Amino acid sequence: MSDRKQKTGVKSRKSTPPLPPLIKGGNGGVKVATRDAYGDALLELGKKREDLVVLDADLSGSTKTGKFAKAFPGRFYNLGVSEQDLIGTASGLSLAGKLPFASTFAVFETGRAWEQIRQTVCYSNLNVKLVATHSGITVGEDGASHQATEDIALMRVLPNMTVIVPSDGNETTQVVNAIADFRGPVYVRLGRAKVPAVMPDDYEFRIGKAYTFQIGRDANIVAIGIMVSMALEAARILKHEGIDAGVINMATVKPLDTKTLLTAAKRCRVIVTAEEHSVIGGLGSAVSEFLSENHPIRTSRIGLMDNFGCSGRPEELLKFFGFTPENIVKTVKRTLRK
Amino acid sequence: MKFMKSGGNADISFLKEKARLLRMEILKMLTESGSGHTGGSLSSADVVTVLYFYKMKHKPGDPEWRERDRFILSKGHAAPVLYAALALSGYFDKTLLKTLRKLGSPLQGHPCSKMLPGVEISTGSLGQGLSIANGIAMGLKLDGLTSRVYCLLGDGETQEGQVWEAAMTAAHYRLDNLCAFIDNNGLQIDGPCSDVMSIEPIVNKWEAFGWHVIDINGHDMEAIVNALNEAETVKLKPTMIVARTVKGKGVSFFEGKVQYHGIAPTEEELEKALKELGEK
Repeated sequence: MSDRKQKTGVKSRKSTPPLPPLIKGGNGGVKVATRDAYGDALLELGKKREDLVVLDADLSGSTKTGKFAKAFPGRFYNLGVSEQDLIGTASGLSLAGKLPFASTFAVFETGRAWEQIRQTVCYSNLNVKLVATHSGITVGEDGASHQATEDIALMRVLPNMTVIVPSDGNETTQVVNAIADFRGPVYVRLGRAKVPAVMPDDYEFRIGKAYTFQIGRDANIVAIGIMVSMALEAARILKHEGIDAGVINMATVKPLDTKTLLTAAKRCRVIVTAEEHSVIGGLGSAVSEFLSENHPIRTSRIGLMDNFGCSGRPEELLKFFGFTPENIVKTVKRTLRK
Repeated sequence: MKFMKSGGNADISFLKEKARLLRMEILKMLTESGSGHTGGSLSSADVVTVLYFYKMKHKPGDPEWRERDRFILSKGHAAPVLYAALALSGYFDKTLLKTLRKLGSPLQGHPCSKMLPGVEISTGSLGQGLSIANGIAMGLKLDGLTSRVYCLLGDGETQEGQVWEAAMTAAHYRLDNLCAFIDNNGLQIDGPCSDVMSIEPIVNKWEAFGWHVIDINGHDMEAIVNALNEAETVKLKPTMIVARTVKGKGVSFFEGKVQYHGIAPTEEELEKALKELGEK
């Protein structure tokens, strides 16, 4: 990321007003994995909220719920390798008046236990928080079996479910606190890899509220998760090339912030979505569905093109599958030419 | 506010009479709806009667009462037995039973907790109730409450893998405030459990999973009462009561007939059945 910034960002700074710097926010610009921010936030929340209980399915070391487990062993339940039971038990704890956070890898949480989430958590509208880590291809070497690239689609389709995808450590911390105060089922999608801080220091997360970095007259890039920082980088490159592109962080994928989306769509020619997820059923679908019915405008979706991920180093995989600022630039230009 | 008493000396003839009334309500509502699960509702009627009219402490006028005992109907297709028990306990008016499975009714085909007070959690997809019961039992323990959690499973239901995940969890976390039942009527939709997918040896399986197991005749009121009282004395282990039952129990021409798993009685069958049950 820093290499790219030097190649493109430095040049553009002279001719155009810069977007907010990429490496910013809490932690003095040090990259943080959203799962690490989650582990820390959960620990802090545990000190404030006596009703908080945390459940995991034998992955507490990876999901970082282990920190909470160590501090509050009486309020931590390891269910072993059993995701269906994980969701059921969390549901029961919520029925007993507790605030359960249930964590495991995204592919297992939303896939293996999808029906439990549907039948129990969503149908009965329970106050269960599903915070899954290891989403997307940046899981890396473990390969497609462990890379959730359909989880947003699986969760978004469920009535009563709220779906949130934080983009950096700071936002993750705020999301954890926000959903603790919110009543109802929530799915939070976190990643394994370290990501740059993108949200400004004074940013305040609110469920259902997107953050607009800047509205572009030519194009607006609607992104989530790790794609937000890449969208910002792409906007810099585009600006340098004379294309005015804005960036929106649609951290809450459901309910979609249609007001912000519509405002942006009305002021530009094309919308491009970017997510580390299949182009089917995720952010791209949500945005396209809304725009096609309310403000038809040319759109393109960046994501996995109906295929599985594979093994490799995260940074290799990002390039291989086109999760790069360069691909966003290319896509924006192509969409403008359509 | 009516408070349902818990425990003490059981009035067996009172319970038998309640079970008879429960069965009649089950048959009437199923005939009225024209569809639903007759066999498994009747086979579990005695167990549910003892829970609602003897063992559980609950307040029909205050379904959210924090200290109530909880009942989870994991075999959600037996919804009629739960609805009948709730109506006869006074959670809602008996006339509501006529709306079973109809558009706009809170009495959904399978129990929906968002629509009907007294239903602890929506069920219907098999294999999920025991995990939920575990979670409630954990929560009650965290709060230092002495309330107990009861969960009713079907025998065919134990073919679901999640049941065994939950079986491990309950034993691992020593949930002695949890008592589950298996309504072991031996039949599932496609035929006898022994043909479809054997679940035997039930008792040994649950014992091997770390449970205290009590094997009883699930239509013997005294045996059900005694088993529930015994379960309360067991420490550091969950209890499984294997209730050996007869599908369609109480109506001679439904008993042991697999075809009555998922169909409702006709008007003629209802008339005959009510006569057998001694409707006055």
